[in-house]
Parts: sequence; structure tokens; C-alpha cells
Amino acid sequence: MTAGAFLQIRDVVKAFNGHRAVNNVSLDIRKGEIFALLGPSGCGKTTLLRMLGGFETPTSGTILLDGRDLAGLPPYERPLNMMFQSYALFPHLTVWENIAFGLKRDKLPAAQVAEQVDAMLRLVQLSKFAQRKPHQLSGGQQQRVALARSLAKKPQLLLLDEPLGALDKKLREETQIELVNIIEEVGVTCVMVTHDQEEAMTMASRIAVMSDGRLLQVGAPGEIYETPASRFVADFIGNVNLMDGALTLDEPGHVQVACADCTHHIGHGITGTEGMPVTVALRPEKIRLGREATDVADVPAGFNRVRGTVKDMAYFGSYTVYHLQLASGMVLKVSSSNAERHREHPLTWGDEAWASWSPTAPVVLTH
Amino acid sequence: MTTNLHPAPSKRTNPGRFAVIGVPYVWLLIFFLLPFLIIVKISISEMGDVSVNDLVSFRDGALAVNARLGNYLTVVRDELYFNTYVSSLKYAAVTTVLCLAIGYPFAYFMARAQRAVQPVLLMLVMLPFWTSFLLRVYAWKGLLIEHGWLFDLITGTGLDKLLAGANLIPGPGQLMNTPFSLVLGMTYMYLPFMILPLYSNLSKMDLRLLEAASDLGATAWVAFWKITVPLSKAGIIAGSMLVFIPCVGEYVIPELLGGPQTQMIGRTLWDEFFSNNDWPIAATVAVVIILLIIVPLALFSKYQAEAQEKHA
Repeated sequence: MTAGAFLQIRDVVKAFNGHRAVNNVSLDIRKGEIFALLGPSGCGKTTLLRMLGGFETPTSGTILLDGRDLAGLPPYERPLNMMFQSYALFPHLTVWENIAFGLKRDKLPAAQVAEQVDAMLRLVQLSKFAQRKPHQLSGGQQQRVALARSLAKKPQLLLLDEPLGALDKKLREETQIELVNIIEEVGVTCVMVTHDQEEAMTMASRIAVMSDGRLLQVGAPGEIYETPASRFVADFIGNVNLMDGALTLDEPGHVQVACADCTHHIGHGITGTEGMPVTVALRPEKIRLGREATDVADVPAGFNRVRGTVKDMAYFGSYTVYHLQLASGMVLKVSSSNAERHREHPLTWGDEAWASWSPTAPVVLTH
Repeated sequence: MTTNLHPAPSKRTNPGRFAVIGVPYVWLLIFFLLPFLIIVKISISEMGDVSVNDLVSFRDGALAVNARLGNYLTVVRDELYFNTYVSSLKYAAVTTVLCLAIGYPFAYFMARAQRAVQPVLLMLVMLPFWTSFLLRVYAWKGLLIEHGWLFDLITGTGLDKLLAGANLIPGPGQLMNTPFSLVLGMTYMYLPFMILPLYSNLSKMDLRLLEAASDLGATAWVAFWKITVPLSKAGIIAGSMLVFIPCVGEYVIPELLGGPQTQMIGRTLWDEFFSNNDWPIAATVAVVIILLIIVPLALFSKYQAEAQEKHA
């Protein structure tokens, strides 16, 4: 990577009537990557995307694309294109004309426009539908027209606003992969906005989690999932058990945290002082469930295990989620993969069970 | 068609459905078709001394049908009627174009104004309807008559010489009872009928389409012509019809603001009915103007329906 990233967002603030919708965001996005802005609705991710597109003006801060300051450039002069939420296809134009719209604005010769539109139609496999109007297409096809239209001008940067938000679940899963394949085939740098963490995880090479106008954490999907930096991120991405407790031992190689129902022995150090309040985050799939109390390897006897009663269970086919009621009243979520068929004496409602986890499973969160 | 896919099982058993569809049909039958047939009947009847003779008479044991089509031949052949029709259509067309030229930007800015202001603007457009139609036409008379203040403004700025040059007024200083005053009056009166359908159409437009156009490299001007105007086609058509159709048959405005140059069909109709007392000819004039408007409209809406079916 060179000194300056391809897209540099520097201290960008957007205030509406005194409220900061985007609060001091700085980001570097590399050439060719698919970058996702992830957060709940109202977190400012769409406002940030619209500032990249030129539809909103930052209150302060700068945005540099390939070293060039985008400030003052209207949308129609920016070397980037956007795929809008629910697509904003022109209803009075055919698929072909929709894709050609941007090319014609560049005053390209007709033959060149036709060539590029046909290439785009092949890319999204819609050549057969060139003469249809948008309302004659299915949701998935409309989405591909919108993608073709936003790629037709070969933008330096592609912006996707909730690209799959308008599709139903099954179609969304299929389209995620297809969309990534097309974007990678074209090789365009891409910034997408989504509130769906699964979508961000499957599509993006890096994710920025936003809340209340601020960036909370930036990293690869795996990093964000396995080492969340805060309670919000741990809770927003995937399922998690959060246990409040206090640091009782702080050694370089491991720490111990006492919680209401159990004591954790955690195999990595943190910067903290003994007695400070912390939160332990434990993912449901990292917990083992059994009928007997067993000691956990590499952990002092009695640590990293807890007894509870199965209060609820939800069968998802490939895995089952158990809700274990602990002595303090807390409910521990445990997901257990159903690797065998017809397991003997499976746990069921009302059974007593022991949950245990390895020292590497929990993450200690200080805020 | 969707009817095959979603058959309505209660089609025959539900009298409510029949009533709902039936009411407008009955209304049109009684208040449009029946009077129209009466007019057609009069147009092919003979005029008696006082009133129209019966079309069918039974005298001396013989049944006689006294229908004559001569009136239609007269109306088609006589240059006076022909010129009047042409001039009616011409002034209605000019008025429609002017209403569109003024009404479109008007409706556009209304639809793009702040949401809170829009009801007020809408009220202002409809406000003139609270004053009598006749009164407002007379008001124009007062403005355009010699030494009315609009007259002074136009003659003072030398605009009247321009109008005279364009042959809209016979000479400088003569504004009333000219094509100019007629078109001015009709444009003023019918402008709200253009603005309202356009406003309702433009205010429903999805503004993200303009953002998408801008994103794809279109300036605001290009986006307006390539996106906004084509998408408001339905509003343009509705507004133009609402202005054009009543303008063709307009009587009061040509009578008060028009002049010898601007003979229109409404005036001819009046003269035939009340001055010449020739009901059959008057009825013929009316039937021809109705056909003149309805036939192209019917063809147009048929074409529209076919175009829509092709899309569906």
C-alpha cells in the first residue's frame, strides 16, 4: 500500500440542526476492496455514503479519492457511481436505456454506448431482457439492472446502499455471492452500507461498525467477530453471552474474572487493574454442553464451567440452541452442532446440564 | 390479463359490486347520452314556426319520418362554420400551450416547495374559484380597456407595438376585443385546471430518480428533460385535456373579451339558437363539435390502453 489509501475519509462531520449524524469519522479504504459500513438504522452509515456520492455536503472534514479532493464536486462530476436502495431504476426507460443513460451523458458515440451496454447485460446475464421495462422484472433482476447501470461507466468507486435489502431471504443469500463475483470480476473498489451483519460478513473484505455517528471498530469480518472491541460490537455482530464481573487476577499470560455464576480463566492478558469491572463475552458456539461436570484442560479445577437447567431449546436442523437458566437467573445461550443423527439421551426441557468452555473462548471487554 | 388469474367468484352474486359499477354508467346514460341523442334528433329535424317539428309524424293514416341530413352538409360546406371551427380549435390549442408553459414551472415549484408550504400554495391556486367566473372576466375588461392600468403598462412600455407586429392586436393602443385579450383571458381562467393535475403528478414523483440521474452524470437540466418531463406525461395529458376541451366550446370569454377577429363556435351556437332561432342548425353545430373532440380523444385513449397492455 502506498502512503495514501485509495479513498481517504478525514475527520468527516455531518450535522443536521446541531445533531451530529456523522461524528468525526476517519477511514482509509484500499483499492479493490469491498468495504462495508455496518450499523443499526440511524447510525449515520447512509449519511456517510451519501457524502461520498455528493448528495450531502460534509459539515467539516475532507474526502480524497485517489488523492483528489471531492469537495465541491456535484454528483454528476464525481468519478463514482451508486446503486441506490430499492434501485431507483427509471420506470419509463427500458433495461437497455437505463444502462445506457450514464454513457449517453458522456456523449460517447452510439456504437460505443451499445457495445458497453451489451457487455453489461452479459455481465449480469440479462441480455434477453434488454427491451423490458423495470416493472416487468423480478426483484432480483431489477437488482442486477441497477448493478449494471452503476457499473456501466466504469466508476473508480462503486457505492452500494443496502444492495440486497429489497430481496427476500433466500434470494439474498444467492445474490450475495453473485454480487461479490461480479464486483471482483470488474475489479472496482466498493463501499457498501448495510444493517445486516450476515450480508456484511459474507460480502465485505473489511467492515466498519458504526453507532451514533461514530466508528466503533474497523477490521476483517473474522477480527470483528472473534475480537470485538466493545460490548456494542460483540452484541451487534452475531449472538453472544455477556457476563458482568470483576477482574480478580491479572497476569501477563492470563486473567481471571469472577462473575455471578462462575469464574473465568482466560488465556490472554489485558491492560487493567485487579478489581476493575469488566464484561466477559462468550459466543454460544464456543460452549460445550454435557450432563456431567468435567474439568476443562489448561484451567484450574472448577473454572470455566457452570451448571444450569435447560429452559428452552430451538432446533435449527444443523444446530440446536439451548437456553440454560443459571443460578443467578441469567440465561446462557449455547449452540450445539447436530453432527450425529439420533443422538442417545439428548438433552431436553428441564434437564440439568453443565456448560464448559476453553480458556481461549471468552473475550474480556473493558467498555 | 389478470382476470383469468384472479377470477372474482362473487361477480354474479354480489349486488353491491354491480351497484358501484352501475352508478356512473346510469349517470352518464341519463345526463350525457340521453341529452346527446336529443340534440342529434333535433339536428336532423325540420324547424317549424315556433318549435322543432316531430321527427316521426302520423298523419292521414301515413307514418312519415322527416329526417334530413341537410344541416350537416351545410355545416361542413359553409365556409363560415368551417372557419369558426378552425378558429375555435386554434385558440383552444394556443391557450393550452400557454397554460402548459406557465403551469408546468408553477406546478413544478409547488411540488418541490417545503411540505409545510404546499397546502398554502394549493389554496392560492384555487382561491380565484371563490370569486364568480363572470366577475373575473369583467375584471380583465377593466384592466385592458383604454386607461386601465394594464393598458397603460403595455402601451407605456411599447409592448403593444410588438403585439401589433405579431398580428395579435389590430394596431397599437387597441388591446380589448382582440385575439390577444381573448387568449389572455382564457389562459388566466383555465390555468388552475392545468396546474392541479400537474401538481398532483409531480408531487408524487420519486426524487431518488433525480439523484440517480445526477449520479449517472446528468446535470439538473438534463435530468429535468430526460426524467421529470417524461414521467409527468400523464399529468401533462390530463391538464391539457382539461384546458383544451372546455376552451373549444367556450362562450363567455370570447363574448366579453374576444372581438370580430375571434369568432368561436360557442358564439355561433348561441346565435343560431337565440338570434336565428334555428334549432336544427344549432344542434348540428353542437354535434359536430362534440364529434370533433370525442373521436380523436377516443382514438388516443385506445392507443394509450393498447400501449399499456403491451407493457403488462
